[in-house]
Amino acid sequence: MNKTAVIIKREYITRVRKKSFIIMTILAPILMAALIILPTVLMMSDRDKDFKKIAVIEDGSDLFKNVIPNTNDAEFVYLEDVNVNDLKETFEEAGYYGILYISPEVINIPNAIQLISKKQPPIGLLDHISGSLEKEIEKQKLLAYNIEDLDSILKSIRTNVDIQTIKIDDSGQAKETSTGIAMILAYLGGFLMYMLVFIFGSQVMRGVIEEKTSRVVEVIVSSVKPVQLMLGKIIGIALVGLTQFMIWVILTVGAVAFVKGTVLKESGITEITQNIPQNIMSENNMTVNAEETVEALSPEMEEFSKMFESALNQDWLLIIFSFIFYFITGYFLYASVFAAIGSAVDNETETQQFMLPVTIPIILGLMVAVGTMQNPESSLSFWFSIIPLTSPIVMIARIPFGVPLWQIILSMALMVITFLAFVWMAAKIYRTGILMYGKKTSWKELWKWLKYSG
Amino acid sequence: MPLFEARNVTKQFGRFTALDNVSISVPEQSIFGLLGPNGAGKTTLIRIINQITGPDSGELFMNGKKLTPDDVHVIGYLPEERGLYKKMKVGEQAIYLAELKGLSKNEAMKRLKYWFKKLEIVDWWDKKVEELSKGMQQKVQFITTILHEPKLLIFDEPFTGFDPVNTNIIKNEILFLRERGATIIFSTHNMGSVEELCDNISLINKSKTILEGRVDEIRKKWAANEYDLIFKGDVTIEDNNLFTVLNRQDNDNKSIIRIKTTENIITNDILSHLMKAGEILSFNPSLPSMNDIFIRVVRAQN
Repeated sequence: MNKTAVIIKREYITRVRKKSFIIMTILAPILMAALIILPTVLMMSDRDKDFKKIAVIEDGSDLFKNVIPNTNDAEFVYLEDVNVNDLKETFEEAGYYGILYISPEVINIPNAIQLISKKQPPIGLLDHISGSLEKEIEKQKLLAYNIEDLDSILKSIRTNVDIQTIKIDDSGQAKETSTGIAMILAYLGGFLMYMLVFIFGSQVMRGVIEEKTSRVVEVIVSSVKPVQLMLGKIIGIALVGLTQFMIWVILTVGAVAFVKGTVLKESGITEITQNIPQNIMSENNMTVNAEETVEALSPEMEEFSKMFESALNQDWLLIIFSFIFYFITGYFLYASVFAAIGSAVDNETETQQFMLPVTIPIILGLMVAVGTMQNPESSLSFWFSIIPLTSPIVMIARIPFGVPLWQIILSMALMVITFLAFVWMAAKIYRTGILMYGKKTSWKELWKWLKYSG
Repeated sequence: MPLFEARNVTKQFGRFTALDNVSISVPEQSIFGLLGPNGAGKTTLIRIINQITGPDSGELFMNGKKLTPDDVHVIGYLPEERGLYKKMKVGEQAIYLAELKGLSKNEAMKRLKYWFKKLEIVDWWDKKVEELSKGMQQKVQFITTILHEPKLLIFDEPFTGFDPVNTNIIKNEILFLRERGATIIFSTHNMGSVEELCDNISLINKSKTILEGRVDEIRKKWAANEYDLIFKGDVTIEDNNLFTVLNRQDNDNKSIIRIKTTENIITNDILSHLMKAGEILSFNPSLPSMNDIFIRVVRAQN
């Protein structure tokens, strides 16, 4: 077997078998899933705890009977023939959170509505009540004009503004894209690069330090070339990272699906959605509400399908290709620098002085990548996506917004050159560094090592 | 024909010269002592032989042919700065190191079983290295060094970390390896083991070879004019035109004295001179220890 392959195999197997790896690989998706699910669960338990029953009392009319739809955390009970002042004394014992009192003049005097409660009602609840009432009052007022087919007119004039962005490429072809999708992609891509480079890069560094401090390294370089050992370690760790990453994605998706599918189904979410139509059905005079529910859902669905469509319109081939390209070159570039740093020191605390200059371009890259999402065409984004040290992060963030081909080619060409140069230099430093003990290494020293002959 | 030869090897690190025109010639099936004070350049030479670094100038030959990268498979190296992966199991690690030396996994297994049995460490196979004592780790490391049956073995301070019992076991293994045809380069500061084991030596100081040859010849050469005397009781002996006193120890009512005679002196003249001083219990021409030679040669150059 090829010796580099033997090294890759060892790096991979010893890491994958480590307890910490197994624990992290299993725990992280559970934590991730918990992060995703917890808000839903919290919301549900909130609902049970803070569920509010509100008595609705109208003075002398029944205009607003069952106008206010129930929500996840509030139920509106329409009471007839009840005196407000009587109820004021007893509503709490009767299990009500508050009394919504609507006076008959409300059509003309919009603030003739009171919500009486012991506690400050939440904004959401107030918005919900006022929104429902406003609509009803508008409708009542319109009704007063005796317009024919009012319902269908109302339906036809309801408008939702949603700007569609059309990107025209050089050939004049128009494509519907979504800035939202581009931003998500840009952010995910840029951040993923940053994480991968940092986490795996520093693992490479720790691996090199381990070999150096355990003094096993001299035995090994008497069998293989130092550069083989370095590359073997870098590749092995990349494979470990990819394995972990893949398991994470699968487990997280699985865990979320499992919890949403079983646990939540039994105790809640579906129940809520089922509740609404039931309420609607049981009451008459609720046609408007029913329509509202349907319409409230459909724009979301529409938007989602549009997002999906425009996601399909993204140049996935280019995105995936460039992500893989920048990941490989960027990872090798930084990992080899990390390996060189690891070789130059005797323990991890000594790495500080060399870490800063390596960290700066990565952090800068991430910052510019975030800025790129606001303005992908800025000259800052342009230059940082061309300069090799930051281009893996920034270019990845720019590509979903569309980048001229010559820029991509220039950036990639520079990246290849720089990556080869860095691996070569790192290998030279590494070769000398791994066999140097007990001397505190300076930048000047590193420069000298670069110039040593084989 | 020597098994290994280095001719006029020079190596510089920046302005510092680690090796200056050093040549060594290691006869086949012999033990060759590579000696020198700390920082003399031994480790650099050893690393060049192992092709960990390359020389700036000079040539290296293995079996009369120029050294090639594939020759690492016929060299076994036990460095002074040695260690194993602490978290890795002994058996796995031994197999890994053997694979890096070009052995197949099956072959490595077979040979490891033999050696683990021979050195009585079979029980350690599944232990992590960090669970072993230093001496135990050294044993494992010794096995991994010789497992691929290299023609040329390089041991840099092989006995550190061993108790006397294990030192003896390893010493015998080294002699056994030579018997079976291996050639050994042996670097140490323990001159006792040099006398015991080495056939030839080369002494490097300040990046240059300052002494080389067969151990017995070197000792004879340096011994030419030295004698060990033992007198009964306390005696007065001073330097004169016949000899100089190198060394004197008084104990147990005896005086143990080493003298160096001046050139072309007849032993009887010295004896008759000494007889006047007191009762002589013994008079022996002394072979200087390699330790003495080492110190004197290095001092002389400094």
